Amino acid sequence: MSNYINKYSEKDITSEKIFLNRRQLFALAGGFGAAALIPGKSLADNLGTRKPNTFEDIINYNNFYEFGVGKSDPAKYAHALTTDPWQITVDGLVNNPGIYNFQELVDSMSIEKRIYRFRCVEGWSMVIPWNGFQLSDLLDKIGVKDQAKYVAFETLFRPEEMYMQKTKILKWPYKEGLRLDEAMHPLTLMATGVYDKPLPNQNGAPLRLVVPWKYGFKSIKSIVRISLVEEEPLSSWNIQNPREYGFYSNVNPNVHHPRWSQASERYIGKNIGGGLGGLFAERHDTMMYNGYNEVSNLYKDMDLSVFF
Amino acid sequence: MSLNKTLNKIPIWCIYIIGMFPFLIILYLLFNFKLGVDPLKTLEHQLGQWGLKFLILTLLITPIRSFFKINLIKYRRALGLLSFIYICLHLSTWIFLDLQFRWDEIVKAIVKKPFITIGMAGFLLMIPLALTSNNFAIRILKRNWKLLHKLIYLVVFLGALHYLLLVKSWPLEPIIYMCIVIFLLIIRLFPKIKILSNVKF
Repeated sequence: MSNYINKYSEKDITSEKIFLNRRQLFALAGGFGAAALIPGKSLADNLGTRKPNTFEDIINYNNFYEFGVGKSDPAKYAHALTTDPWQITVDGLVNNPGIYNFQELVDSMSIEKRIYRFRCVEGWSMVIPWNGFQLSDLLDKIGVKDQAKYVAFETLFRPEEMYMQKTKILKWPYKEGLRLDEAMHPLTLMATGVYDKPLPNQNGAPLRLVVPWKYGFKSIKSIVRISLVEEEPLSSWNIQNPREYGFYSNVNPNVHHPRWSQASERYIGKNIGGGLGGLFAERHDTMMYNGYNEVSNLYKDMDLSVFF
Repeated sequence: MSLNKTLNKIPIWCIYIIGMFPFLIILYLLFNFKLGVDPLKTLEHQLGQWGLKFLILTLLITPIRSFFKINLIKYRRALGLLSFIYICLHLSTWIFLDLQFRWDEIVKAIVKKPFITIGMAGFLLMIPLALTSNNFAIRILKRNWKLLHKLIYLVVFLGALHYLLLVKSWPLEPIIYMCIVIFLLIIRLFPKIKILSNVKF
């Protein structure tokens, strides 16, 4: 494990400018395992020396309220989740609706490695080496009809395995949504793994969304339904508290949030430095769109303080 | 009454020593990397929670005397001061380690984030209580001392509210704290408690 981590350097944090390029290289290299070998151009400006979090960090610090509200609860309780067999219902405004078997679906997609920054709305962040496929590839495969404007996602509802679903702390099942152009953006990933291992349950096994320029809660876990729809879909945190959690929830240091600091963030994890497991680690300014500025054209005519 | 005698044999300084145990345990866990992936948050939350716990213990002294005839009033000041120590540690952690002297963000947080406004108000109200938790202040302030120290009711409520508003959803723990606080405040409305709380000490 730890040997593996050392292969990464800041070069491996996918520069958004080159990742398309890299994708082609992956195709040439014939697999995602080659990621670390591919030389990258210089990185996005303020990445500095940021390194991916350890696998241990990633699997032991999760918000997955289906398994408890504490950050270490999912690691304790998510083992109860059965992820095999797993089916994903695809419906709504698509040409090929149906129930897809997870394994068959994954086998038909090209899996890549993507190292993304992950910014939680609570003001902490990590860097995570995901494996997965582009959501756009899946959408192409299922054939999106012209009327479709949004993609809606749903997490599994199975209270006997996800014990917190017996409570009402959130409206279950967890729901999320993206505008179609956001969903089609090449950065938007359907993750199936972390560190070249199948996605651990607490990270949203077997299939989750990863939208790196949005706050973490948009990246819905353990997906069982994907629907193409015409109207803006509901999202769980937006239902819970619309004043605090907007539909878009793009990482934005300029939009004030009543609870968490969005102007800056703390990098957390074992390798952060600063002594005592990161106790004295430096706080950093949060970047617009979490540093993924190439998505800014998706929002160019929008007032982001209204559509937060 | 022999129970009271035995209990009151414990010197007050023992309460301070025992009261600092949680802090020492947290430090031990911190130095052994056992506070999880984000030790700073754990430290900050634990310190705040212990501050609230000691506030609640302080408020328990009077009802325990009323209902169980156990008189621990001798230790009340120590418990109150311990809660102040923990809240100071909690606040320092936030300012120095969490927000790292980003004063613009700190001020903005105090002004714009209700849970922080409330927490800060609670802390400020604790200062006069801590400063007058000595015999000299009791002598000088006379009847006003008692009046001043009724502020603790507000402080403990603000503390529990601060915790309740911090969390993203409605998890159980802060709700339990709030229920305990409300219970301890409500029972003070009953005359039996009022009479006994006027007993001189």
